[in-house]
Amino acid sequence: MKKAICMLLVCALLSLCLVGCGNDGNSDYTLVIGGIGPTTGVAATYGTAVKNGAQLAVNEINAAGGINGMQIKYLFEDDQHNPETAVNAYNTLMDKGMQILMGTVTSKPCIAVAEVAREDNIFQITPSGSAVDCIKYDNAFRICFNDPDQGTASAQYIKQQNLAQKIAIIYDKSDVYSTGITEKFEAKAGELGLNIVAKEAFTSSSATDFSAQLQNIKNADADLVFLPIYYEAAAYILTQSKSAGLETKFFGCDGLDGVIDQLGEQNAAAAEGVMLLTPFVATAEDAKTKKFSQDYKAAYGEMPNQFAADAYDAIYTIKAACEKANVKGDMSVSDICNALKAAMLQIEIDGLTGKMTWSANGEPNKEPKAMKIVNGIYEAM
Amino acid sequence: MSFISNLIGGLSLGSIYALIALGYTMVYGIAKMLNFAHGDIIMVGAFTIFTAASSLGGNPFVAILCGLVTCVILGVLTEKIAYKPLRGSSPLAVLITAIGVSYFLQSVALLIFGSTQRPFPKLFSLSPIRIGKDLVIKGESIVTLGVTLVIMAGIMLLINKTKIGKAMLAVSEDKGAAQLMGVNVNRTISITFAIGSALAAVAGLFYGLTYNFIGPYTGSMPGIKAFVAAVFGGIGSIPGAMIGGILLGVIENLSKGYISTELSDGIVFAVLILVLLIKPTGLLGKKIAEKV
Repeated sequence: MKKAICMLLVCALLSLCLVGCGNDGNSDYTLVIGGIGPTTGVAATYGTAVKNGAQLAVNEINAAGGINGMQIKYLFEDDQHNPETAVNAYNTLMDKGMQILMGTVTSKPCIAVAEVAREDNIFQITPSGSAVDCIKYDNAFRICFNDPDQGTASAQYIKQQNLAQKIAIIYDKSDVYSTGITEKFEAKAGELGLNIVAKEAFTSSSATDFSAQLQNIKNADADLVFLPIYYEAAAYILTQSKSAGLETKFFGCDGLDGVIDQLGEQNAAAAEGVMLLTPFVATAEDAKTKKFSQDYKAAYGEMPNQFAADAYDAIYTIKAACEKANVKGDMSVSDICNALKAAMLQIEIDGLTGKMTWSANGEPNKEPKAMKIVNGIYEAM
Repeated sequence: MSFISNLIGGLSLGSIYALIALGYTMVYGIAKMLNFAHGDIIMVGAFTIFTAASSLGGNPFVAILCGLVTCVILGVLTEKIAYKPLRGSSPLAVLITAIGVSYFLQSVALLIFGSTQRPFPKLFSLSPIRIGKDLVIKGESIVTLGVTLVIMAGIMLLINKTKIGKAMLAVSEDKGAAQLMGVNVNRTISITFAIGSALAAVAGLFYGLTYNFIGPYTGSMPGIKAFVAAVFGGIGSIPGAMIGGILLGVIENLSKGYISTELSDGIVFAVLILVLLIKPTGLLGKKIAEKV
């Protein structure tokens, strides 16, 4: 009796094998793309936008037949903008069979994940991790500008548009994003002859009361304050500068995106005239942006921000690279990575955030754009 | 001129610390326990006012009343559920429980309201006072300072002049003896927590009005600073909390303005250590000889 059962099992196994062999091609496989980002915590706006923007792209691609005939399975884990949680999220995704990593969203967690991702040699593309070290290994690429580029581009933009002579900076000394931009901004500003009259720091534990910093800026008689920081702290600075009677211009980078929602209706006046460097505006008139904004609004009930656009572009970049490298579902994580690394240098993406090509260091080449907040919405400058 | 501006900024910050420190010091002075969840009760108060103001038609007084009532109930309940069963055990156990309650409240708020900072409703429009060209004093700061002074005086009157105040003093000195003399210890401690939590609600209100945004972690940093302020002024002493809070705010803001924004917290704590070295009970703390 036992023998019979054994034989039966062997037969069953064999037949399974045969079925597997007989059906070749990619349609049996799914391509598992993992996403990591903060959907709760201080940077939740970014993570949620990335999660949704990528989901939209995945839905479109799957509906159109997938990548190389494979459907995408898209998994997303929350990292609360915390490096340890991000590494845990990464391990969870690896356990679930992740083959390509789209993330992480914010710089600090991204640097932590980059370390473990390199060990696994998994292909990583971050939509918005802008610190230089996010992609220091050759398996990692990004969609957004890196911090130094944002700092340099901001200084150039301020000079070109002749926005100010005397510039003050408020930056978060405990944050790598903020210090990275600040360094390059200072260097470029010095080169261009812009005068930095005050440089005020704060830390994540003292990010609510800015009266001393604003007072120093007032004393220095600055006419523009550069804010290379995230929108939560910026909301405090903008409201407090109003009540402190500070009348300067404000200029920020992509971290300021989200400040309109953060300020809410009752503080909306504080956002008026704030300028920021951002590659994407939801209200732009080109067909691609229009369609994306409409679809996003229909699916999630709000207008997309640049993070959603970055993520959308990231998924299409993965698609283009996979097609170029002819990635098959039975390839190992490491083989996929090696194939995609080579393909990334050959593709050109005309995405929501601009026309992009990539260099071997993982950085995108694209043009910076700046926006100004007028009547509560972004307007191209 | 900028010195005076920085001084005013410090006073405004300090008055918030003082308001929170009053609650800390009162609970410590009477129940002899460090209620580390105090900062988070402030956050609950702020969120209750936020919710009430947006759902109950925006009458500021109804909203504030809701905040007060919620905080009082919460404070009394926490004491009954979390602290009372541990009253006989080591102070360390109660301390750890208080830290637990603090994280519990933060997590609940995170669950209900999410992590994004919410704009606090502008319940009153207080226009800033301008002196000359450069000096601006925020309306909220003046009101906070005034309210803190009034509350301080009120608590001192309550403790020194009323029957319940006498009971509080008795409980503070010796729970067992107080019970033998006919003082209802449980009720006295409950009332202490009720008043302490009501103060937290008021602090939540003024925190929200001053800084415009609230989040689940709103109470934690000011809570720690206020605890330092209470120790600074002499924990258990009501005027000490007031003076400690104001001094802390001023020192913090001046060191931000003139020395270094990153070092300001370090300087605050260095001053605390210095004070404790010279006067171990804090500025106004009384030295109570332990009779054996």
